[in-house]
Amino acid sequence: MIVRELELDLDAFEGPFDLLLTLVLKDELDLAEVDVAAIVLAFIERLAEREELDLEACGEFLVLVSALLELKARGLFPEEAAELAELEPEAAAEELARRLAEYRRMKEAAAWLRERLDAEGDRFFRMGPAPLAPKAEPQLAPQDPAKLAAALRLLATPPPEVSLAHMALRFPPVTQFLERFRSVLRRRSRFDFDQEVGELSRIEQAVAFLALLELRRAGEVAIEQAAPFAPIRISRTDIEREDSWTLRSA
Amino acid sequence: MDAPLRLISANPLDQLARTVEALLVVAAAPLSAGELAEAAADDPERVEAALGLVGERYREGRSGIVLEHVAGGWAFRASREAAEACARMVEKPAQRGLSQAALETLAIVAYLGPCTRPDVARIRGVSADSAVASLVERGLIAEAGRDDEGGAIRYKTTPLFERVFGLESLSQLPRLDDLGAGVDEIRDRLHAVAEKRTA
Repeated sequence: MIVRELELDLDAFEGPFDLLLTLVLKDELDLAEVDVAAIVLAFIERLAEREELDLEACGEFLVLVSALLELKARGLFPEEAAELAELEPEAAAEELARRLAEYRRMKEAAAWLRERLDAEGDRFFRMGPAPLAPKAEPQLAPQDPAKLAAALRLLATPPPEVSLAHMALRFPPVTQFLERFRSVLRRRSRFDFDQEVGELSRIEQAVAFLALLELRRAGEVAIEQAAPFAPIRISRTDIEREDSWTLRSA
Repeated sequence: MDAPLRLISANPLDQLARTVEALLVVAAAPLSAGELAEAAADDPERVEAALGLVGERYREGRSGIVLEHVAGGWAFRASREAAEACARMVEKPAQRGLSQAALETLAIVAYLGPCTRPDVARIRGVSADSAVASLVERGLIAEAGRDDEGGAIRYKTTPLFERVFGLESLSQLPRLDDLGAGVDEIRDRLHAVAEKRTA
């Protein structure tokens, strides 16, 4: 990406960045009219179009734009010299005389200091960091040993034991659910898993699910679920076989 | 027979004078009469009187140590007759090789301080950064808060400046009005040029 060829479309200017710089340097374009932020935006947009970060272009652009900003800042805040140029010759002469006089006085003051330094050159004295003033001893309020003991006693109490009860998980035996499901299936040919275990705790539901898988492994039940998270339906395998047989025969 | 006589002739300030002498020996910078009085736990007026006794004893031609009133306080220094010997032994880092730019900057800060680097640059017409930095490093000027408007650091001269230049205080500098001979001549010539241009 070539920074100088960056196409710009600004209020005050339309064309490549290079031309803008040339016009500004030739004073043919007033930088005060140029929106530098818009140039930065245009550059960033062009940069974003490319996949890789072009560091060389970024560096060049930074240099150019910072120079542009400095020029613009100087343009917006005219120098004192320019202010002087706008004064009437009489006032300018007065201002210049005032400044020259001020500087001349200071020059003479400096000369006086130089003479003084030469005259005082034979004065020797010790220089060094000031020694520190003694630190005041902090005064403690009168203390009572009994109060200290009471404060320590408070700290010495053993903290209450932390209960771990909530961390113990109680797993009901899987067999409990095996029996339960078998007895349900003896009464009904199929049932809904969620309905059957809905009132149980999460742990119990998990164990019940393990029991279900166990029954499926043994081939005692068939499990179906229409979609993920849909209700799980459980049926006796012998019923399943009958159904499939009926379907096939129909 | 001698004892009562000695009591009568002894100056009642002798002991305080010895204390003041001791304080001045341990101090690193000039001490004001107030500071001496506080350290000696005595009356400032009596301390002033005791300083008179000390000064009488430590003066040029009588002692190698000289009491001087400098930088708003009292301090001991070497006598001038010992200067050559001192110069062979110790360096003067604060004032060695002060450039013209540094001296002009120092003068501006001494007269107009506290003032900022732009203030100095405005009068001298060139950047004051390096001159100010060198004076700060020498300890002749120090930071004194910030400018209310722009927040630029302001500088003022230090007690070391007064001590190096042997000034009791900044008021010993020559009056600004007495400086700048020939200023009127410059003004007249400038106005003559201006008149020609308007004509």
